[in-house]
Amino acid sequence: MKQTTQPAAYTATQNACKLCTPLGASLVFKGIENAVPLLHGSQGCSTYIRRYLISHFKEPADIACSNFAEETAIFGGGANLKIALENIRLQYAPEMVGIATTCLSETIGDDVPMFIREYREMCRDQEIPPLVHVSTPSYQGTHMEGFHGAVKATVETLATGEKAEVPGINLFPGMLSPADLRHLKEILADFDSPFMLLPDYSQTLDGALWTEYQRIPPGGTPVAEIRQAGGARASIEFGRVLASQKESAGRFLEKRFGVVNHGVGIPIGITETDRFFEALETITGRPTPDKYLEERGRLADSYVDGHKYVIEARAGVYGEEDLVVGLVAFLSEIGVIPALCATGGNSRRFRDRIAEIIPDHERKGVTIMDNADFVEIEAAAEKIRPDFFIGHSKGYTLARRLDIPLIRVGFPVHDRIGGARILHIGYRGAQSLFDRIANTLIEKRQDTSSWGYTYM
Amino acid sequence: MSNIPILKERESQIYRKGQSGEFKMTCGKHSLAGSVSQRACVFCGSRVVLYPIADALHLIHGPIGCAAYTWDIRGALSSGPALHRMSFSTDLRENDVIFGGEKKLYKALSELIDAYGPKAAFVYSTCIVGIIGDDVAAVCRKAAKEKDIPVLPVHSEGFKGTKKDGYQAACNALFELVGQGNTEDIGPYSINILGEFNIGGEAWIIRNYYERMGVKVVSVMTGDGRVDEVRRSHGASLNVVQCSGAMTFLAEMMKEKYGIPYIRASYFGLEDMSKALYDVAGHFGDNPDIMARTREMVRDEINRIYPELQKIKQGVQGKKAAIYVGGAFKAFSLIKALRYLGMDVVLAGSQTGNDADYDMLREMCDDGTVILDDANPLELSKYIIEKKADLFIGGVKERPIAYKMGIGFCDHNHERKTPLAGYIGMLNFAEEVYASVVSPVWRFAPARSLGRTEAAS
Repeated sequence: MKQTTQPAAYTATQNACKLCTPLGASLVFKGIENAVPLLHGSQGCSTYIRRYLISHFKEPADIACSNFAEETAIFGGGANLKIALENIRLQYAPEMVGIATTCLSETIGDDVPMFIREYREMCRDQEIPPLVHVSTPSYQGTHMEGFHGAVKATVETLATGEKAEVPGINLFPGMLSPADLRHLKEILADFDSPFMLLPDYSQTLDGALWTEYQRIPPGGTPVAEIRQAGGARASIEFGRVLASQKESAGRFLEKRFGVVNHGVGIPIGITETDRFFEALETITGRPTPDKYLEERGRLADSYVDGHKYVIEARAGVYGEEDLVVGLVAFLSEIGVIPALCATGGNSRRFRDRIAEIIPDHERKGVTIMDNADFVEIEAAAEKIRPDFFIGHSKGYTLARRLDIPLIRVGFPVHDRIGGARILHIGYRGAQSLFDRIANTLIEKRQDTSSWGYTYM
Repeated sequence: MSNIPILKERESQIYRKGQSGEFKMTCGKHSLAGSVSQRACVFCGSRVVLYPIADALHLIHGPIGCAAYTWDIRGALSSGPALHRMSFSTDLRENDVIFGGEKKLYKALSELIDAYGPKAAFVYSTCIVGIIGDDVAAVCRKAAKEKDIPVLPVHSEGFKGTKKDGYQAACNALFELVGQGNTEDIGPYSINILGEFNIGGEAWIIRNYYERMGVKVVSVMTGDGRVDEVRRSHGASLNVVQCSGAMTFLAEMMKEKYGIPYIRASYFGLEDMSKALYDVAGHFGDNPDIMARTREMVRDEINRIYPELQKIKQGVQGKKAAIYVGGAFKAFSLIKALRYLGMDVVLAGSQTGNDADYDMLREMCDDGTVILDDANPLELSKYIIEKKADLFIGGVKERPIAYKMGIGFCDHNHERKTPLAGYIGMLNFAEEVYASVVSPVWRFAPARSLGRTEAAS
């Protein structure tokens, strides 16, 4: 069953499988040390996004807003943006402010770079933190475009040719979980290389309890390190879809400062993780530490132990384009058929990336859907009847209706605790995913068996 | 935490009971840019009010965000249809912004009405709709005519005011429906319940109380709401308004046009819950049976939960609570309910209170209590720490502020799953307060173990 184009059944988007661009940008700015995200638009934009983030991360997520009023929309948002910057500086004393636009400020044609110049001029006797601007009209792309746009804008604004004493590695992971980011930092430290991970909300959005109230939660990528990104040894950027696009932070650094960019898929599963470790070996000239070879060994051993339970099980995978591509790479290597691969993204590169990983997708009857919403995904899933879904918690409604188990990964996970602690990447992440998938299938068989075996 | 600065422009929205000198709370104004208000926007105000109408189509006209963030955002339980749990968006893209979104809106609307057969449709305008020049009202009129159902534009552009203006826009849309239905079978002892959204099943509890008293509930607006009920709501003799910030607009309009009087009510806490029932019974004073039944019912209900409440009180009395909620009226009830449990309120604030609300708060609160309008996370943290609160009552956005500092929390907003209204709701509330306050986990919170509060166990 091949489906290359979706039926244009509805004009409306129903139960979207995507979020708006400013959310992605806000998340990036939350991952920069002592930075405050500022949305240039209506109060609701920041409040809704905060609410959405808080329900997943269960952490404070302050996002400021220039808070348009009616006259702002008529006369332009310059004055409000400047007041907002003043107030943020007074309240938060930030080391950086990340300014993301919204549909409103973009539609009225606000010239944010000009406002920033005017603000700098206004405060020329003061020391102003860096102000990073990213254009994120929500009528263009999804939260992923907002995310990558913010990473790129941050690097473009801050990076100079300045080199650190020991040049490190730039790592642009894309939208992963705090647990993933922590794991990446561990891996890079074990390769004994300095690194700049952007963004890094592993602590800002998954931190400890506090002794004193923190205006800005500790952690995040230091601004000083981002400044040196142009002097790094190399960059690594996760995401096959991102790698096939013309613009990204890694490409910018390559073009401007000659920092070699390695585009690899999100390292989910052995195959994609091997590529990541190969890139690290190439860049650092060091072998992969034994610790990871051991993890890889245990993972492969468990693949063998569990292969019969997962073979040719059919999965429904949905979420951001690159996450789905990463999950599909992993599912394919364990013998699961990603029978339904769906995304709300619309980069027009999704289908080809899936085809790259499953060249025989037509023979396997894989349905690939981009620009999809959950009503379309449900209609497809009803026909395909996957054995399990793997994706974020917004698929729960359809999983429940179809009585198909859902394995929660990615963002958001609004209906469980621990969303921030889900590990997807590396051999360790694959181990956790593999165990969860195999056990879901085993449990289903056990629960529906009349005998109820107490051995596997 | 004196190192948390308060913005100068915000000083007139923060008051300490007992402070010297005249103080007039500044409220009802647009939030300060850059201050990280806990408020949302006009759209949010409209969306929360209309959201629970379960057999209507709710189509959000704009780019995807506004629809995505309000998809199934809260309980708003329905005993029947659940169309409101779907999120519909015209998902405007760049070309629509350039060339206008009217055609797309019309097409989306027609298809969805055909597919789902709703009793009415609400079309919410988001920020850019007016700016790109879409005539939403005209599209709605056209669709209404063709599909023969009410199709109501909700003028909820996010930036055109505060959340309160969104409430008003929602009330205007509701008012379009009122008066269209048949009221023949509605007797004189009948009410509408306004401003109860059935987040955790509260509307069912309240409705049951009134019906046991012998009062017919014509409609609940909008919890477990139905279009046809709204349409015949003008047949009721009295409007009972909870969440006054949101629904007084509608009550006023119904008073003017249909001569229906209204009273304010709150269903949180024993005192206010009972008052809400007695006030209605008193309104129908020509029927003494209603009052008699009410007395009996209130007594039975209180007796049923009293022993359990006393037990809980032992565990929580003397603890300090902070309250920050959307509407001030809810804060009044919470203060009373917490006092009933023997707790002290050290901070009280709201997103949308008005002058009269803040005068009332000032009157109710003890000396030293901090009263806040439209607060932000830094102010809330500053004062919950300074006042050594043991418990914070608020919504999702306030929760992590409390937790990080090792302070218990009770969600009195969208995320609650158990009803907190009515007598049973008071017990649920007390249980939740108890569960958070007595948990042994707080001793692992450094802010607590370092003796920030005496409550460390």
